[in-house]
Amino acid sequence: MKPLLLASLLLLAAPALADESSIELKPGAGLEQVQAGCSGCHSLDYIQMNSVFLTHDGWKAEVNKMRQAYGAPIDQPMADEIIQYLSAQYGVPPKS
Amino acid sequence: MRRRSVLTGLGAGAALIGARISARAASPMDLSPLLPEGTRAEAIMDALPGKQPLIKLAFRPPNYETPIDAFAEAITPNDRFFVRYHLAGIPDIADLEKAWSVKIGGDAANKPLEVSLDELQRQFPVVEVEAVNQCSGCRRGLFSPHVPGVQWGYGAMGSAVWRGVRLKDVLARAGVRAGAVEVAFGGADGPVMEGTPDFAKSLPLEKAMDESTIIAFAMNGAKLPHLNGLPIRLIVPGWTGTYWMKHLNEINILSKPFDGFWMQKSYRIPKGMFPVDLPFTTQAEEKTVPITEMVVNSVIGNVPDGSRQPAAGFTIQGVAWDRGHGIKQVEVSTDGGANWKPASLREDHGKYAFRAWRFETGKLQPGAATVMARATSNAGETQAAQLKPNPAGYQNNVPQKIAITLA
Repeated sequence: MKPLLLASLLLLAAPALADESSIELKPGAGLEQVQAGCSGCHSLDYIQMNSVFLTHDGWKAEVNKMRQAYGAPIDQPMADEIIQYLSAQYGVPPKS
Repeated sequence: MRRRSVLTGLGAGAALIGARISARAASPMDLSPLLPEGTRAEAIMDALPGKQPLIKLAFRPPNYETPIDAFAEAITPNDRFFVRYHLAGIPDIADLEKAWSVKIGGDAANKPLEVSLDELQRQFPVVEVEAVNQCSGCRRGLFSPHVPGVQWGYGAMGSAVWRGVRLKDVLARAGVRAGAVEVAFGGADGPVMEGTPDFAKSLPLEKAMDESTIIAFAMNGAKLPHLNGLPIRLIVPGWTGTYWMKHLNEINILSKPFDGFWMQKSYRIPKGMFPVDLPFTTQAEEKTVPITEMVVNSVIGNVPDGSRQPAAGFTIQGVAWDRGHGIKQVEVSTDGGANWKPASLREDHGKYAFRAWRFETGKLQPGAATVMARATSNAGETQAAQLKPNPAGYQNNVPQKIAITLA
């Protein structure tokens, strides 16, 4: 990755932006991974916007699409934690 | 993509976001009850620079829709026109207002060249077309069951008078070789990650050569707003907004189908599900084809969901549009679809534009009522009674059902 690009990403990912900072995701295990892995490309309101209708498999498919089609810098262990967070906090509960 | 603006645009973009004035309470939001609950919770009214407050669905990349009350009239004002970006690398105004040019090349161009904005405006016949720009995913948020993506309601669209030059005139200067099949387009916006495919699209040669397909440098008599494509964008009347490349700076005439991600992996619909006049054969696969022509549709603009209206009677106003045949009829129901009466079509702005309409209800029974509208095109196509499910949530033209109380 080019240094300039990296610097820009850090700037964009910083939580100090005026209106993006108003986005409040639910607390829970994996939130830090979500913030680190997802916010380089898009604001995190995308998550709340797409809720609540995705199952665990639905969120898994979204995260995999971000990694495979869009090149999100998320490795497998990080992806697992992100998927767990999204399905626990913004997913359709599994049928018991 | 020609990347010159993107890297510098990132930092400036962040500054621009910081300077935004939030206007949450400036005007009421009329969000459809069909939207996901999470969407309804996070959407706010927010004013981007140069814009009136729009419905913010996502801050970055900016995805903002036009409030529904704009659709009582045929023309959508520039400062209320929706904003849609896939990728967050958006050049700032200073970069876009510098000397601009578009490169025209590709393996089926006789003599590749670069045409400046000034040359575009002076050396080609200037034409105008009034046309609807509707995002492919408009009304995705109203799908049942919901599908992932930007959860648009009714307002990912607008209609404007676009002024510019015919694409075919510009292509002729580069020389279209025999054997050309598609023309591909790139803009100055782009991804922020190296692994993200740049946004680029293509048209079949026949659509590119259509009289109405233009490169626009003005919208409703003013220059294009920053976030609607400044300084030039492609106008593809009848086709969904995905082809209307913003910040246009690259055109390639191709002898083979364009193999970009945004053609081959996204913006696709099941083959044969929706009517088209011009099949995009070079991009067709066994089961899917690119989304191209819009479906006939209408919207009611002046009756908020859940509002009280006078039982003595009131006026219902809205717009209707289709894929370029023009609107033949709009019907309105005030009893949830049991009975339909014709609305009055207002002035005809052309076959690609919004057709505004109005309906006087006359005296109605007090109590709860459901208002609906449905349009029929000159091709005989009518809005779908039932949603046609497709994975990406496209082409939703099921009539609105607006619940009101008559008193």
